[in-house]
Amino acid sequence: MSLNSAIMKNSNDIDLGQLTVLVWRGGETGAFETFKVPRQEKQTVLDVVTYIQRNIDPTLTYRFSCRVGVCGSCAMTVNGRGRWTCRSNISDIAPEDELELAPLRNLPVVKDLMVDMEVFFDKMAAAGGAFEPADPTLADFADVKPDSRERHAVEAAIECIGCGICYSACDVVAANPDYLGPAALNRAWSLCNDERDGHGLQILRMVANDAGCLACHSHQSCQEQCPKHLSPTKSIAGLKRAAALAALKGKL
Amino acid sequence: MEHRLDIWLWLLQRGTAVILAIFVLIHFVTIVMTMGNGVSAEGIVARVAGNELFVAFYGLFAFAAALHGAIGLRNILREVTRAGRAADLFSLVFCAALVWLGLRAAFGLYGLAA
Repeated sequence: MSLNSAIMKNSNDIDLGQLTVLVWRGGETGAFETFKVPRQEKQTVLDVVTYIQRNIDPTLTYRFSCRVGVCGSCAMTVNGRGRWTCRSNISDIAPEDELELAPLRNLPVVKDLMVDMEVFFDKMAAAGGAFEPADPTLADFADVKPDSRERHAVEAAIECIGCGICYSACDVVAANPDYLGPAALNRAWSLCNDERDGHGLQILRMVANDAGCLACHSHQSCQEQCPKHLSPTKSIAGLKRAAALAALKGKL
Repeated sequence: MEHRLDIWLWLLQRGTAVILAIFVLIHFVTIVMTMGNGVSAEGIVARVAGNELFVAFYGLFAFAAALHGAIGLRNILREVTRAGRAADLFSLVFCAALVWLGLRAAFGLYGLAA
């Protein structure tokens, strides 16, 4: 046995106690099932879910991919709050050795911890989120000034990876299933400020209504729960401002 | 068409909010300044009856409050009940009732000069 594996073995042998994990089982209707999972050092929520599936109940359904906070696939509701399970350490979020795992809110549950993201991505498209070049014939790189106001606005919104946590956190989505939601509107705002994109006005026409940016209550749950610390609320406020100006100028 | 109505109502609600913020302040300052002499029906009538400035101020005040409140009510009803057109209609009637009540009060006091 090498020194490294000996140390690893020893650290795994230390009894850190057990976690009591309540896991949502079923679809739209279902119930929480309780599992006991041994605690380990540097254990993430995703490690816990994986432990349950591999060692206790192989029928547990969940989604993950990169395990390092890049893809956003593993988002779930952990102790009542949307989190990337791969980037959530048990020691940080479960001081009482108790964990409650549920699927994201506001999206149809496929099974257990997995939701159907289709409507979430459809709304990205419905908010005009697909890039449409201002000049399709332009062969060269666009000359974007790094210090422009528009470039800074894009900077603040562009890092979204579409994990759906803001959509799950949003109370307006819960009240109005037609509402486009924080991620789609955040994407729309970054395109409005992208000088290479040519359909900003069309985006405003698509989002300036009661199912779009005007519906936002500015509760800011989206930015409070966003793992990337983005501010969809600010992006939505930008859309409101731009849409109001466009309406006053008779362009909308 | 729908998006145009929504954005104009949104703008109108913000515009009336600005009017309300200023007018509520003037209203409170007026109350505090006149309270020193105590409140009496005669005093109020003497101050406001036949006063064009008063009726213009409270007429606009009532109008702004009716629009602001009714648009807010429409937003809440549409979000909570998902009733759409029925919520629009109810809010419109609510707005008309508030305008009527408000203007009736302002013009009623104004007309006491005779």
